[in-house]
Amino acid sequence: MNSLPPDSDQKAQDVIAVARGRLVSRFQAAPLAIVLFLFFGLPLAVVVAIGFCDFDLSGIIPDFTLTNFQELITSGTTYALYARSIMYAGVVWLITVILGFTISYFLVFYVRNFLVALALLLLCTIPFWTSAVIRTIAWIPFLGKNGLFNHLLIQMGLINNPLEFLLFSNFAVIISYVHLFTLPMLVPICNAMFQIDQEVIEAARDAGANSVQVIAHVVIPLCKNGIVLGSILVVTFILGDFFTVRIMTGGKYASVVSAMSYEIGYMQYPPAAAAAVVLIIIVVLMVSLVTRMVDVQKSLVE
Amino acid sequence: MKDKKHKIWNKGITRRKMLKTMATAAGTAIGAGAFSGFPMVWAQKLKDVKLLHVGSPYSIPAEIAKQATKDLGFEIESQALASDVLQTRVLTQAKTVDIADLSYVVWPRVIPRGVCQGIEISKIKEWNNMVPIFTQGKNADGSPSSMEGSAPYKLMYLEKPDARKTVKKQTDYALSVPTIYNADTLGIRPDLINRPIEKWSELFNPEFRGKAGLIDYPGVGIMDSAMAIESMGKHKYADKGNMTREEIDLTVGYLKKLKAQGHWRAFWTHFDESVNLMASGEVIIQSMWSPAVTAVRARGIPCVYQPLKEGYRAWGNSLGIMKHLSGLKLEAAYEYLNWYLSGWYGGFIARQGYYSAVPSTAKKFLTSDEWNYWYEGKPAQNDILDPYGKAQEKAGHVRDGGSFWERMGKIACWNAVMKEDRYLTKKWNEFVAS
Repeated sequence: MNSLPPDSDQKAQDVIAVARGRLVSRFQAAPLAIVLFLFFGLPLAVVVAIGFCDFDLSGIIPDFTLTNFQELITSGTTYALYARSIMYAGVVWLITVILGFTISYFLVFYVRNFLVALALLLLCTIPFWTSAVIRTIAWIPFLGKNGLFNHLLIQMGLINNPLEFLLFSNFAVIISYVHLFTLPMLVPICNAMFQIDQEVIEAARDAGANSVQVIAHVVIPLCKNGIVLGSILVVTFILGDFFTVRIMTGGKYASVVSAMSYEIGYMQYPPAAAAAVVLIIIVVLMVSLVTRMVDVQKSLVE
Repeated sequence: MKDKKHKIWNKGITRRKMLKTMATAAGTAIGAGAFSGFPMVWAQKLKDVKLLHVGSPYSIPAEIAKQATKDLGFEIESQALASDVLQTRVLTQAKTVDIADLSYVVWPRVIPRGVCQGIEISKIKEWNNMVPIFTQGKNADGSPSSMEGSAPYKLMYLEKPDARKTVKKQTDYALSVPTIYNADTLGIRPDLINRPIEKWSELFNPEFRGKAGLIDYPGVGIMDSAMAIESMGKHKYADKGNMTREEIDLTVGYLKKLKAQGHWRAFWTHFDESVNLMASGEVIIQSMWSPAVTAVRARGIPCVYQPLKEGYRAWGNSLGIMKHLSGLKLEAAYEYLNWYLSGWYGGFIARQGYYSAVPSTAKKFLTSDEWNYWYEGKPAQNDILDPYGKAQEKAGHVRDGGSFWERMGKIACWNAVMKEDRYLTKKWNEFVAS
């Protein structure tokens, strides 16, 4: 006879199974954890450390100083740069949300056939087969003083002199961002919308809701996770960008990151590192605030 | 290589004799010309040496290392890096580099770190044929060359091979060997301006509002602006390459005011951007590099590298030997430096519109038509080809700015790194963010 009662034996086996399960899942997660630690955690720690260092003409001097952060926070330039980046992020967010939502709405509720809708969604991704750099630069000959668009307007007799605000302006940056970031906004919204049960909408209609009420009280709340996910992508991309701003404004305006790039070009790593740390803190704060409002993980797993 | 081996056998050097000579020669380390016969005892081992040359894309196209390897018999590997990566590499990973190819703007950052070793001038064969701007700080006619900015003469000589600062007098040791340089001015679209442009002040002329461009590199952009401000008679800088904080404020103040008025159409960072801005007519007057002007003209669009009354803003690159090199590898480095000045390189870069530190050797690698065009400022008899054999200028064209000394004799300042460079970067950021 067994020394232990059968059910306690079972319990022991369960405990072992759970422990083994944990070990296995830890083991499975280990490669990612190691990669993240080596290639993300460590470099980030170095950046933070350098933010507190001093420097001279030839580079970094190990030290602990708050000067870099002090100069950053007390400089009007920093606020001007953030104001511009946030303005871009806000305007582009609004446009891409409207575009993303209406396109998704069309695909899900007007194109009833799922396969057709999926095919149309895939069509939207075609421009994304080329790199973001090329898609940005491609706007320049189109929008320029002697560009295609100005030529077209002049030939149609709509204007006499080329419109200069089209290129090397805020307008150019926004148009290029919208082009780049509509898809990252569209896909999560579309994903969320596809999961809405048609019966829920029919129930709303049966209860007397009109189309606007259905969108406001049923569709939008059920897509919230998709919208938030898309918004995080768009806003973090824009805050971390400097290429598009530089190219599309012809270097006339700068983003938060452009200032870092000048500093790095002049081997002034500590102030650049300090600026990077501040940017990371701001982005992390924003994202954690947003994820508090909605359960992003849930929408991803679903 | 084959020839060299042949030579060794002909002289009847036996293995034994070779070993014996090696023992005595090892300590003395004599460097002689690459082609004429460096110490032959080393010929066999030298071919196993490999030198890593790091530099900027414009100073070391891949062809250079290929040709040097062919001519020298040992391997030269070249790596072109972006300027900030290059600086960091030389300063923080000095031992991974053998030959540092740096702009004179970068050397002031490198000297105090002592990562390079002084070059024995006696081992550089063409030293006395070098353009006196570099070796004596003078022009061919003996008149002084500009010392504003990071002028090469100021950064040329070391008191001792391991000195961590340069001196403004001739010594036996050089920090580096100059290789490629040019004098920059403004590029213009004569077809869209339709009148003569003669002064730097035109860069700020309200006539070109919305049509002017500037290089978006703080140290260079501010000097082009300083040239314009001096030309307008608004301020006389003691040294445009080393401004005081007040001077930086003044200069950036002008730039900001012009920006608010919509004067600037764009600021460019990359070579191709400057070409496109000019070719598309977005900009009709701007800071430019000589090959960019050629690239615009190659599209059949008129573009002039306009010589201006106040002179040029010059720049240059030079080669330094890293401190960790010794023995055979060090000798190989001297061979390589001598090869650099022996003409092939000078001929190659001449076709890009750049000058060699030793024009007399470059001449041997150019046709007389090419020499007359690039160095003498005479009209081209035939089409002028680029280094890859493609026609870049039609017969009859004359190089903008004329002959070598007409250009290099009129240097107003050199590209520079300023003592106040942190302040400058800050102010420049303020300007771009404004």
